[in-house]
Amino acid sequence: MRKNQLVQLFLAFFRVGMLGYGGGPSSIPLVHGEVVDRYRWMGSEEFGDILAIGNTLPGPIATKMAGYIGYRIAGLAGSLISVLALILPTIVLMILLLTSLSAYKDQPWVQGLSAGVVPVVCVLLADLTWQFVKRSWLDLGLLGSVVLIGASLIVISWLGVHPAIVIALLLGFALIKPGYNGSPTPEGSDEG
Amino acid sequence: MIYLQVFLAFFVPGILGYGGGPSTIPLVEYEVVSRYGWMTVSEFAEILALGNALPGPIATKMAGFIGYQQAGILGSAIGVFATVAPSMAAMILLLGILMRYRNSPRVRAMTMLIRPAIAVLLGVLTFRMFRGSYLDVGAIQTFGMAAVAFLLMVWRRVHPAYVIVGAMVYGAVVLG
Repeated sequence: MRKNQLVQLFLAFFRVGMLGYGGGPSSIPLVHGEVVDRYRWMGSEEFGDILAIGNTLPGPIATKMAGYIGYRIAGLAGSLISVLALILPTIVLMILLLTSLSAYKDQPWVQGLSAGVVPVVCVLLADLTWQFVKRSWLDLGLLGSVVLIGASLIVISWLGVHPAIVIALLLGFALIKPGYNGSPTPEGSDEG
Repeated sequence: MIYLQVFLAFFVPGILGYGGGPSTIPLVEYEVVSRYGWMTVSEFAEILALGNALPGPIATKMAGFIGYQQAGILGSAIGVFATVAPSMAAMILLLGILMRYRNSPRVRAMTMLIRPAIAVLLGVLTFRMFRGSYLDVGAIQTFGMAAVAFLLMVWRRVHPAYVIVGAMVYGAVVLG
């Protein structure tokens, strides 16, 4: 029974890892398809709760989901198997591809191949940058987003402060900023 | 101590990147390019390109490969561990507390407030990659390829994996 569940966890997260393109966040619907629709380990509501809890913590979301769901279904072994099934196949593939490429590093065609992908990655990153700017604008308003973007640019790029410090300060500010506790927010405060 | 450096290079982005793997990309770049000098920004772009062309979570693929490149199989395991273990352990251990805060406006505020800073890091990284490409293959190739990639991926919604493979073939034939 338990062994069977470990096999199912492996298959579920192996499929998510091999079929999910565009990074962790875009594979969340695939995780939902496996754990809610296919194996019925939990309902949609519980899945939503787990996703929300995952978002209260930093770091990649897909591995957090796999680790937690695996743990809930089959304990520590389940957690380990789920995470490995999700990430290991593509890490191995990545290492094989990149090390075989670097073996031919001096060949002109390999250098051309490497140079060819850079403009594409630039476009992908520019698009990602725009998504973050757009979301900032929607969430913080024009003034708020311009001030925060401008301040971050000055502090990180010109003053050369380590970005980790800037982000840690922003997170700290969000944690201690008054206004989220005392008076109820429009949606109603649900803290505590 | 290379193992400790690999651990820190992925632990720091892992505990600060709110909103999933993509927000950790510029933080990882800062550690592996600017801080530890393990690679150039163009080499980082190449790894990111292959990471995007393959399925699965991006952050762990990058940690797995860069860890391997710097310190072998053990380095790979350490990089991946530092990326996923801290927040996963916190999720399993602190579930009760986190359950209470899962819809808290404070949690939304954390993701919201760091987004402008991540946008800046991504923007600066994009600029540096463009400059690297411009110095390497010139303005016509760089901006011509970027324009085609933009039209295909952003406008026509062609999957990035195809565009990346296409760019590799083009680069191998034309730029080689």
